[in-house]
Amino acid sequence: MDSWRTVKVLQREKICNMYRIVFLNDKMASIKHKNAKRIEGLDKNVWVAFTSVAADPSIVNLGQGYPDIPPPSYVKEGLAQAAMVDRLNQYTRGFGHPTLVKALSKVYGKVYDRQLDPFKEILITVGGYGSLFSTMQALVEEGDEVIIIEPFFDCYVPMVKMAGGKPVLIPLRLVGYSADWVLDQKELASKFNSKTKAIIINTPNNPIGKIFSRSELQAIADLCIKHDTLCFSDEVYEWLVYKGHEHVKIATLPGMWDRTITIGSAGKTFSVTGWKLGWSIGPDHLIKHLQTVMQNSLYTCPTPLQEAVGQGLLREFELMGKPDCYFTSLALELEGKRDRMAAMLRQTGMTPVVPEGGYFMIVDVTALNQDLSHMGDDEPYDYKFVKWMIKEKVFCFQFEKYIRLCFIKQESTLDAAEAILKSWNKG
Amino acid sequence: MSRKLHARRIEAIDKNIWVEFTQLAADYKAVNLGQGFPDFSPPSFVQEAFCKALNGGFSMHQYTRAFGHPNLVKILAKFFSRIVGREIDPMEDILVSVGAYQALFCTFQALIDEGDEVIIVEPFFDCYQPMVMMAGGTICLLYLRLKCCGPVLSSADWVLSPEELASKFSPRTKAIVINTPNNPLGKVYQREELQMIADLCIKHDVICISDEVYEWLTYDGTKHVKIASLPGMWERTVTIGSAGKTFSATGWKVGWAMGSGHILKHLKTVHQNSVYHCATAAQEAVAVGFQREYDVFGTEESYFHQLPIHLHEKRLRLADCLKSVGLKPILPQGGYFMIADISNLNVDLTDPSTKDEPYDYRFVKWLIKEKGLATIPVSAFYSPEHRNEFQKYIRFCFVKEDTTLQAAEDILRQWSDSK
Repeated sequence: MDSWRTVKVLQREKICNMYRIVFLNDKMASIKHKNAKRIEGLDKNVWVAFTSVAADPSIVNLGQGYPDIPPPSYVKEGLAQAAMVDRLNQYTRGFGHPTLVKALSKVYGKVYDRQLDPFKEILITVGGYGSLFSTMQALVEEGDEVIIIEPFFDCYVPMVKMAGGKPVLIPLRLVGYSADWVLDQKELASKFNSKTKAIIINTPNNPIGKIFSRSELQAIADLCIKHDTLCFSDEVYEWLVYKGHEHVKIATLPGMWDRTITIGSAGKTFSVTGWKLGWSIGPDHLIKHLQTVMQNSLYTCPTPLQEAVGQGLLREFELMGKPDCYFTSLALELEGKRDRMAAMLRQTGMTPVVPEGGYFMIVDVTALNQDLSHMGDDEPYDYKFVKWMIKEKVFCFQFEKYIRLCFIKQESTLDAAEAILKSWNKG
Repeated sequence: MSRKLHARRIEAIDKNIWVEFTQLAADYKAVNLGQGFPDFSPPSFVQEAFCKALNGGFSMHQYTRAFGHPNLVKILAKFFSRIVGREIDPMEDILVSVGAYQALFCTFQALIDEGDEVIIVEPFFDCYQPMVMMAGGTICLLYLRLKCCGPVLSSADWVLSPEELASKFSPRTKAIVINTPNNPLGKVYQREELQMIADLCIKHDVICISDEVYEWLTYDGTKHVKIASLPGMWERTVTIGSAGKTFSATGWKVGWAMGSGHILKHLKTVHQNSVYHCATAAQEAVAVGFQREYDVFGTEESYFHQLPIHLHEKRLRLADCLKSVGLKPILPQGGYFMIADISNLNVDLTDPSTKDEPYDYRFVKWLIKEKGLATIPVSAFYSPEHRNEFQKYIRFCFVKEDTTLQAAEDILRQWSDSK
């Protein structure tokens, strides 16, 4: 039950803000073997802690964001074919395999409606995560403030801190009957100052599933331009957009191309999170700094995987806008699963926040009024709820009074989740 | 945008020889003995393992354990426990990384702060210096020096001076980086040399970062010794390894750092805040490869036995060819590379675009552009301050198909005959 210790530690960190686990080993407690300051306090990671839970086959895993549906077969075949070519088992171009960067420049050239230089305006990284890291290391340092919108994908804050920057948080707030999560414009404007280096946006958003509208992005863009700041736009779920909504790239707004790094993910695009390939797209004068980080950190990404993703993108390029384009068909498939999960949750009396895009749905659990007094006294309700859920064999994440469920799962997984949720009704 | 954008940590580390020279080799379609990768395929058992992995169910295409795929860390622990002579914990003592390159990055980022000194032995694999700089550390350099001059030169003739080595250790020394077998020289540090380094590490309480990516490639009966296996060293050594170099699959970018958990945990913190996971299927394939090698270790069937034998011949063949055209090769005891002294050649290097560069850079560029043969200038493996003193060597990679080596030989002979 390693995960519980970590949950408890996270909880104490939240309250006390200064909890540290000191690892004692008297044979080797050398002061000189101490960690560098840049990683001080960054050792906790909620994903790492829950791996053992995720690996338990008896638990219905709606926690971590990865599909249990297979990737498209032509993508797997593409990898098998690539692995058979001698040259594709050896190093490729450091900043991105030519087949892949050229394919990306084609696909995104169409999306951005501009000519993208595959060699100067695109960098291939180890997942969207690696793109975020390269961006922070390249462009953020001590003295810089970075605005982060809450709730946020958890790595943004530690990455800003590791780069020496200061995270400045602003929450999305729930307003109105339509339950829209929005930024307060005055509040947002107040977060910008002369030290602001960048703002990070994530659309479609993890965990809420909000897609920022054109006017919301314009408001952010206006502030970026006014204060001469950068924008790091995490758009890994860009293709997973549900009916009635449109994904808008902030980099396409006037004045934004030159100051925006846009991050994408092969893992989320092709349902192959375990391939760990992503990309940063932006102007040459910014991308070159990310390339410097790349050449001094891991130098190059795996070749056969890049070849296969490149071939996959070229295939999808031909089908873009058509129903059998994977970008379209996956979104359609997921919309069905999204609606099914929302219905399941409503039946138990909970109120799901139906997402406009992405993999996740958050749901307010207070209506369930689950009696958790048997789970122990010393923890807040939300932590006890997650623990209770795992006892009930359903795994998910939480923040405040919400839990976050991932619905990119096969029907049998959703069946199992439904059965468990139905049993709560009776309980 | 009017303000300065980039972070200071990347200042002065934007140049990179690989980016420059691989582009040049590609542009001129040169016979490539430059960058260190094989142009033959990985062994079939490992290729088959990869294909099997990617047909192995949905989990092979989704995230695996962040610090290393369980099958891989378990077999690495088993395999290396036998070699190092101690029980290695797969979950605590190993971090799988995106190639050995990322393992080095995690190590420096995890352990080096501003003000920390890191001892680096020249010539060195070029990334050590910029990585230490990016981590804010200070580099203390010392040379391997040629101890004698004879007709047949070997990498064994390049040695450290004990006094010079000892003088580099100070209260601010955080770590020393060693690379054995060495890139570019091919030197394989002997036990006594490693013991000398170990004694100083223990005396000054310094961490040893040991880059051993070429550990299976030693020739003429030379033995590779792991400094982590010396007394008092396990608890202060991070050993870096590479599946790419082990299984001739550099494009898979699977590597690892191995060492005592109390140090590895810091590398893990960097890893989880930078890339978080490595690709799953490649790790599974490498695990299968290591399991197979564990079972046949020490026998003739072992790839770790066959590959050095295979390369032994190529190494001798290239050395003979270089000698026959007036170059003076240094025969390597291990690794992928051979360096050769080019000072006897009198080539008219009139390319104005290279006139401010060191001689070996100019020569290598001339060789690519005029003769279609790609190599790497050895001064790139020296610090910028010392580059001008070591301009007379170029580096050849001999881990190539015979046809490639033949093509290189043809170019060199033709050039020699035309002089």
